[in-house]
Amino acid sequence: MATPKSRPRDGYPGRALALILTVTVALVAVMFATGHKTPRLGIDLAGGTSVTLTAKSDDPAAINKSNMDIAVGIIQKRVNGMGVSEAEVQTQGDNNIIVNIPDGGDQQESINKVGDTAKLYFRPVLALAPTGVQANATPSGSPSGSATPSGAASPTAAATGAAAPAASPSGAKATASPSASKAGRAVSDALLADPTASGSPAASAPAATPSAAATAPSTPDMSAALTQGTVPADLQKQFAALDCSVAGQRQDYQTDPAKATVACSYDDESGLWYKFALGPVAVNGQDVDKAQAVYDTQQAGGWQVQLSFTDSGSQAFADTTGALAAQAPPANQFAIVLDGKVVSHPYVQQSITGGSAVISGSFTQADAKSLANVLSYGALPLDFTKSDVTTVSPQLGGEQLKAGLVAGLIGLILVVVYSLIYYRGLGLVSIAGLAVSAVLTYAIMTLLGAGIGFALNLPAVCGAIVAIGITADSFIVYFERIRDEVREGAPLRAAVQRAWPRARRTILVSDFVSFLCAAVLYVVSVGKVQGFAFTLGLTTLLDVVVIFLFTKPLITLLARRPFFANGHPWSGLDPKRLGARPPIRGGRRRPSSAAPKEA
Amino acid sequence: MSLRNIGHRLYQGEVSFDFVGKRKIWYSISGVIVLVAAIGLAMGLHLGIEFKGGSVYTVQKPGLTVTQAQDAANKITGSSTAQVQTTGDGKVRIQVSSAEQVPAETFTAELSKDLGVPANEINAQVIGPSWGDEISKKALLGLVIFMVLVTIYLAVAFEWRMALAALVALIHDLLITIGVYALVGFEVTPGTVIGFLTILGYSLYDTVVVFDTVKENTRGITKQSRKTYSEAANLGLNQTLVRSINTTVVALLPVAALLFIGGGLLGAGTLNDISLALFIGLAAGAYSSICVATPLLAQLKEHQPEMKALARKVAARRAADAKAAAEGGPQDAESPEDGDGVTAGMVGQRNQPTGRARAKGRSTGRR
Repeated sequence: MATPKSRPRDGYPGRALALILTVTVALVAVMFATGHKTPRLGIDLAGGTSVTLTAKSDDPAAINKSNMDIAVGIIQKRVNGMGVSEAEVQTQGDNNIIVNIPDGGDQQESINKVGDTAKLYFRPVLALAPTGVQANATPSGSPSGSATPSGAASPTAAATGAAAPAASPSGAKATASPSASKAGRAVSDALLADPTASGSPAASAPAATPSAAATAPSTPDMSAALTQGTVPADLQKQFAALDCSVAGQRQDYQTDPAKATVACSYDDESGLWYKFALGPVAVNGQDVDKAQAVYDTQQAGGWQVQLSFTDSGSQAFADTTGALAAQAPPANQFAIVLDGKVVSHPYVQQSITGGSAVISGSFTQADAKSLANVLSYGALPLDFTKSDVTTVSPQLGGEQLKAGLVAGLIGLILVVVYSLIYYRGLGLVSIAGLAVSAVLTYAIMTLLGAGIGFALNLPAVCGAIVAIGITADSFIVYFERIRDEVREGAPLRAAVQRAWPRARRTILVSDFVSFLCAAVLYVVSVGKVQGFAFTLGLTTLLDVVVIFLFTKPLITLLARRPFFANGHPWSGLDPKRLGARPPIRGGRRRPSSAAPKEA
Repeated sequence: MSLRNIGHRLYQGEVSFDFVGKRKIWYSISGVIVLVAAIGLAMGLHLGIEFKGGSVYTVQKPGLTVTQAQDAANKITGSSTAQVQTTGDGKVRIQVSSAEQVPAETFTAELSKDLGVPANEINAQVIGPSWGDEISKKALLGLVIFMVLVTIYLAVAFEWRMALAALVALIHDLLITIGVYALVGFEVTPGTVIGFLTILGYSLYDTVVVFDTVKENTRGITKQSRKTYSEAANLGLNQTLVRSINTTVVALLPVAALLFIGGGLLGAGTLNDISLALFIGLAAGAYSSICVATPLLAQLKEHQPEMKALARKVAARRAADAKAAAEGGPQDAESPEDGDGVTAGMVGQRNQPTGRARAKGRSTGRR
């Protein structure tokens, strides 16, 4: 006890200071070198739209990390596939996905696309029929189906007498022709686009084009039965009752992938709604490995969609196509069902093995791309609901940022003024510490923004402002300890050293509590809470770093200066003012000359 | 006398606020506050749209009145349930509950037409009805996990009584803060939830700092007979009082800046929600670490057999001292009773001489 604890003198404060200053300078240098000079701003500050999707599933086990990651990947591609740059998609918590779409571009479309977080299925078509108009309209849909540029088309469609692009959606006769047309190719992999997919006048044979629209109304005698096919008894009622032209009825009926169901589809060409009776899911959209729109240069056949399946998908696809090819129309078609809506229903000529297929037909480039997009990204492993959609104009975001910064600055000034008044010379130390803290926080946030996509949002700004208090808190704990030692009569240099172990423990314990809080919140929580927790945790860690590597060494150094060591009235460590009593035990030297009891 | 000197006198025990001894007063005050808070809670919190689901549209247009906005909103929804308010910075905020079933795009488009504001200048937020619940549920889960972890940590780093006292103080703070929200009718938003959660860390931070000093002060306490645990705890409390005040002031300053300046510039919003909850919670946290946590800790400790024995010893010694004083000769019979084998630390040694000088003054806790 008698020998004060300044064994290795008082450590090597210079080294610690040099270390932290080097690190700080290095971080700032990296910041400038990489050109990331400002933190990435969150949507709420920079403006843009933030969509929060929450996974819903009857089977809680399905909401797991791998499924969430798949979903993120899919949504990511989908959003950025829309041409929106820099949209970020990330999981949050266990079952949320946040999609941040920066300002600019067609946000509304992006939001809608994000909302199309549907499940994609391949289902065999059992029957289809137009709805909403009298049965007469039936075949009309077909023209669009001009899937077969070959034009040979369907005798069945003769109804119109038109040159008849594959008049019948049933595609019955049509089948023949396309196969012929493709004969020269490795056709085993061909699917032919259906009515819906088509629509491009350009693609259809010249003769067909004009007929398309015209056909519809002019074929009153066309019987619905023609296109219908056989609807299983258990589905009959539902199929019959379904009227897709009524908006309310166009919903996702796919409650169970293992059951037959009904679905709707809109045909742009004819402006008609079709209803479908569909068999159980044959191939899950998740089994689509890749799909892309390509232009068929060999055949000058126009745009088509090539798709490849995963291993399990290939098998299922081969089995199903084999079965379908043997069917009579319209039951030889595949419906590609996205979100309960049939987006395409190509028909099958023969069993397609080998895991890849081509959907060809009268696609425009846009149609083909759209279908490829759906096939690639449409298959989400989970259902999502939009929990929160927030659109912030850049103007409002900027104002919020400004208000936050102004508030932070004023808070900082208040803290500085308070510590200067109360701690005088020591106040300068706390200001320097706060400054180092601020620079480090800023640099790390900026670099994290570039590195891991950390975005500074409003709650994070709040966290940073609150952290001013936490950081200043640690200084106060240490300062008060030093002053306690001075009150005990210790000379300043010894007091600084003696106060440290106790202050250090207090700071570590309380910072640990703070950090634990931030960590738990970060792991458990979602949304805004998480951004806040992150900042709080980061600044708590920095607080420890700053007090160990900056404040303590700096005070150690300052304690050697006469200004502080002799307890100048403005140093904040004036023993007289602190009411130090003379040392009681011999081992302690008395501080500056006179330190009598006050009062 | 300046605050500085008060700090000194508090440290030396010359001036002492008897927080521990007067615990019944503090308990009663806290009890009343908590009761009021509970009544407030029973009345229910005013939940923001994030918890009910719906949409919020913010429009800025010079000269736009609430009535105009209300009319426009009513026209679009076909009912008059939309909640329209100004945000204090010239903006008009329209809240539409999810029951109205008007898609956000439609609403924005209509609003833009009716009010003559470009659609891209209207901020729209659509919230699913379960979003707030989700946030709260997660927050609650975080709360429980944090409480369990921190209790374990405090029990290991300190002792279970301290952990328990800190936990009670924490719950106390949360109750008060939420109660104020319920009573005043502030809207509870996810921002508020963040504020509540931050109180967790802060309230404990404060308590931990006080407990750390109390622990120092009471190390090897059974080896002396001058002060009881409660008295030592109270001294520790007083020694950290200046620090507590300073840290609380320093923590409140930025939060107040957020609340009054950030909020003042922008009107209601995330900044305001977080800072309001924090402001109340921080104040409650400072109060509870002094007036609830420490007295409770002392009370728990006094039930320990050693501490009971110590209290008896202190009483006996004081009686003896008083007698000796009456007779004239000072008596310094320190019986080194080995309590838990911890040697008196430097704190004890350093404090003893000063303690000797003013043993009586401190024990009575005069103000």
